[in-house]
Amino acid sequence: MADVLERVTKIIVDRLGVDESQVTLEASFKDDLGADSLDVVELVMELEDEFNMEISDDDAEKISTVGDAVNYINSQV
Amino acid sequence: MKLEGKVALVTGGSRGIGREIALQLAKEGANVVVNYAGSEAKANEVADEIKSLGREAAAIQGDVANADAVAEMIKETVDRFGRLDILVNNAGITKDNLLMRMKESEWDDVINTNLKGVFLCTKAVSRQMMKQRSGRIINISSVVGVSGNPGQANYVAAKSGVIGLTKTAAKELAPRGITVNAVAPGFITTDMTDKLTEEVKTEMLKQIPLARFGEPGDIAKVVVFLASEDSSYMSGQTLHVNGGMVM
Repeated sequence: MADVLERVTKIIVDRLGVDESQVTLEASFKDDLGADSLDVVELVMELEDEFNMEISDDDAEKISTVGDAVNYINSQV
Repeated sequence: MKLEGKVALVTGGSRGIGREIALQLAKEGANVVVNYAGSEAKANEVADEIKSLGREAAAIQGDVANADAVAEMIKETVDRFGRLDILVNNAGITKDNLLMRMKESEWDDVINTNLKGVFLCTKAVSRQMMKQRSGRIINISSVVGVSGNPGQANYVAAKSGVIGLTKTAAKELAPRGITVNAVAPGFITTDMTDKLTEEVKTEMLKQIPLARFGEPGDIAKVVVFLASEDSSYMSGQTLHVNGGMVM
């Protein structure tokens, strides 16, 4: 769990240029972390690469917070 | 050479305009994947001709209207060439009929290949191009997509749709360094237009100020321009290459 959150956090910090302290499980990509729709699509793409998994369009649409992403990844591994 | 080291995918690249586009891109230095639906032998000929120019080439079968086939084709391209810089959405069919006689299947088939196919291929390549932070998507529309044409309700609707899709894709993908433009050919001499009667051809010629039918090369040269750095400040545009037929 911690490992997944750590890796997800690193990608978010790199991609969105936010401070690590802002990346909480409750943080919404769009509302709290300043991502636009295209940024979220790209984040999902990077998560797919990082965790070597495919996230379907339907599942990707449900990911709106950092916690959603972490939970999804944990449910798949 | 303008496209040295670039990787291009041309749908419907075995014949007509697509064939010439594939060859011209290769002449400018690109490695080219020639997609085809049914003409395997002709696609292989194009691939061989590209290889004889000293480029890499592959002929890949795939129906652009089928999402799984498209995804597989893009994956194969990226696996093999490592990247994908240029997509030319050229694959197209006609099933002409007067509106009152047009079968639903004739409508669906043309929309699926000529419009949905452009959507599916664009969607599939945008992932790779977004990662690269660069890419060129060039959609082949048609003069009739702007002017309308009796007997081609399906084809015209699809080709007109391609122009709108081009503009939307251009806006969505611009922040990631990807440009999307369209080319609208006029009457170009290919297998597709050879089917027309002499009478129709004579009538069409009267409407072309430059007084000749176009050659596939007339279109391919404009596609090369849109694929190259020369057009880097253009996106969402439709270039009309029709001898002045529609202005």
